[in-house]
Amino acid sequence: MRHIISILLENEAGALSRVAGLFSARGYNIESLTVAPTDDPTLSRMTVVTFGSEEIIEQIVKQLNKLVDVVKLQDLTEGAHIERELMLVKVKALDNAREEVKRLVDIFRGRIIDVTDSTYTLELTGTVEKLDAFVKALDVTEIIEVARSGVTGIARGDRALKV
Amino acid sequence: MLPGVYTTRLGPGRGLFLSSDWECVVELTGADIIVRCLQDEGIKYIFGYPGGAALHIYDALYKQDKVKHILVRHEQGAAHAADGYARATGKPGVVLVTSGPGITNAVTGIATAYMDSIPMVVLSAQVPTHLIGDDAFQEVDAVGITRPCVKHNFLVKDVTDLAMTLKKAFYIAASGRPGPVLIDIPKDVTANKTEYLYPKSLTMRSYAPVNKGHPKQIKRAVDLILGAKRPIIYTGGGIVLSESADVLVELVQTLGYPCTNTLMGLGSYPADDPLFLGMLGMHGTYEANMAMHDCDMMLAIGARFDDRITGELAKFAPHARIIHVDIDPSSIGKNVQVEIPIVGDAKSVMKDLLKEISKRDKKPDAEALKRWWTQIDKWRSVDCLSYDKNSGLIKPQYVIEKLFEITKGEALVTSDVGQHQMWAAQFYGFNKTRRWINSGGLGTMGFGLPAAMGVQLAYPEETVICVTGEASVIMCIQELSTCKQYDLPIKMVNLNNRYMGMVRQWQEFFYDRRYSHSYMDALPDFVALAESFGHVGIRIEKPGDVEGALQEGLKLKDRLVFMDFITDQTENVYPMIAAGKGHNEMHLKPSNGEAPPERELA
Ligand SMILES: Cc1ncc(C[n+]2csc(CCOP(=O)(O)OP(=O)(O)O)c2C)c(N)n1
Repeated sequence: MRHIISILLENEAGALSRVAGLFSARGYNIESLTVAPTDDPTLSRMTVVTFGSEEIIEQIVKQLNKLVDVVKLQDLTEGAHIERELMLVKVKALDNAREEVKRLVDIFRGRIIDVTDSTYTLELTGTVEKLDAFVKALDVTEIIEVARSGVTGIARGDRALKV
Repeated sequence: MLPGVYTTRLGPGRGLFLSSDWECVVELTGADIIVRCLQDEGIKYIFGYPGGAALHIYDALYKQDKVKHILVRHEQGAAHAADGYARATGKPGVVLVTSGPGITNAVTGIATAYMDSIPMVVLSAQVPTHLIGDDAFQEVDAVGITRPCVKHNFLVKDVTDLAMTLKKAFYIAASGRPGPVLIDIPKDVTANKTEYLYPKSLTMRSYAPVNKGHPKQIKRAVDLILGAKRPIIYTGGGIVLSESADVLVELVQTLGYPCTNTLMGLGSYPADDPLFLGMLGMHGTYEANMAMHDCDMMLAIGARFDDRITGELAKFAPHARIIHVDIDPSSIGKNVQVEIPIVGDAKSVMKDLLKEISKRDKKPDAEALKRWWTQIDKWRSVDCLSYDKNSGLIKPQYVIEKLFEITKGEALVTSDVGQHQMWAAQFYGFNKTRRWINSGGLGTMGFGLPAAMGVQLAYPEETVICVTGEASVIMCIQELSTCKQYDLPIKMVNLNNRYMGMVRQWQEFFYDRRYSHSYMDALPDFVALAESFGHVGIRIEKPGDVEGALQEGLKLKDRLVFMDFITDQTENVYPMIAAGKGHNEMHLKPSNGEAPPERELA
């Protein structure tokens, strides 16, 4: 099963490598990992997307909690939640493709954020599935470059990850 | 105010102070702060080896005599010695090494402590902050290298963080599930000055070990415990670490249930008590392993279901309903799924279990227990540890048995890794904790001698024995020199079989006797070697001389005595659970009639 684990960790040098090191040393899967500071400058928030059996996910959660820099964590997939990923795509935009790509961007509620004579740069946010579907649909033209942020997420309703 | 007479400073969160008003605060260099922290932490010994980046710290050590520095001969020895000190006393061991090769040499010792959850604080010097990342002389990424084998580590970049970091390090190392903590300290940080104030207490929002078991789980556990027909209590190093052997004894005796200890837990339950089944696991007793296999209720406390304990997981305790008590939640459910997990300190949880048991009208099932003990006694009668007592060669088991007799089981025994380690575990009946000091988790050859140094320093009046093998002892033999410098009267018992015995045994069993590189073709004359370091050496070649030599060696209270016993090369450690086998599929020694056919391999 795929799980999205959100982690609040001390904003200390090396904290990121402790988490990354834990996953590689114990052979856990990482689909994506994002990290950035929060409104509280002493804390970073990390989101790890991982997959494994229930036993493995339980171990991952326990091992993460054991890291001294981890303040708190939450398995978002245990409840209703929202997940988002940001993608920037540069595509060839010549002749017919210019119109087609524009239409696709509208359908997927993306934006064109940079334009040259021959290229568009597109921005799209959404779930992993939506971004995958968009990339697939872009075969009307040639993709030059894809940059994806990895997933971040937040629980729906009152549930919150807070110190 | 006259300029230059008063200096003002800003204390963290304390506003402006005139230093003349503030007597308790003095400006110290980072190096002096480190030493003051160690003093304030009550540290008596620090094990180390100097080098460029550490010289400010060494200079600070020179100026005082409260913290005694023990100069080892190799940084691995420093870590093992600090580890031995910690295992014997329960207090954190402290290590000081220089940057680069100093810290890389110490890594084996740090990993050894980590695997066995031993409290330790390692101070590693680092190149100055402005050179970090430049591939400077003797620079290694100490924090990166040690990350997977420490409980936590720090790089201190600012002298004002130093005291708090030391406080945190000692707190983390010794609380919860203990472990080594490393502090990497750049040289300039040890030269810079700040006010010294050692924090009295501290709380960390990201680190708060749970000590008390959940009351609901305690109740559920007692239901299961009292309902058992074929119970077993299996305990590990957690009993030693939580200083709870007396509570374990009370629990076991209240219930009348059989108890077995892991290699790390030996001494937790008295070896001479009839409720004790001996050690379990790969070289555990027949009765302990069979009882583990056939039990219907297993109470595991402070043990972690290591692969050397469980054998093949698919065959592990097929009928057991398992309760697992551990202070580390990640130990629970890691290898074996359990019915009742209890996160908490072994001592606190066992006390709660006892309280709950005393409240119940229900008592252990006497009928069922009687049947269970009858079965266990049958297994016991196999006498799985017996060996040939009429041999013309020195049997290693005999040496340990005699050692036990002569020391009346009162010695502190360290060991290296191999057959001799297993024989020491099997034949020296440990009745108290912190007397059996060995590298269980990492299995580090070279551990025994330096660890014995830490133990002897902690208990200068006690008999400290290092049971070793001729291959292991050479791995840290240089520490004989340290022993001379500090007059450490350790008794070395070398079970010299001229082979890496444990490796040879596996090659005999599983590689058709192809003894690939397990034979030591050129060994030193250990007597001459010991003498060259200024110690006493004795070589013993006949069974009839064993007892006399031990008597004589142990009598030399103020000398290190190296006793080199030339033992039977062909002896193997039995029983043994081979890879892929279950607890009920042990190799027994060839003369045991009931052994499964696999034993023919031997
Ligand atoms: C540092 C290290 N290297 C290799 C091993 C693998 N190993 C385990 S036991 C052993 C042989 C030990 O020989 P010796 O010290 O003579 O003891 P014996 O088994 O003969 O009693 C070896 C090589 C180890 N445990 N540690």
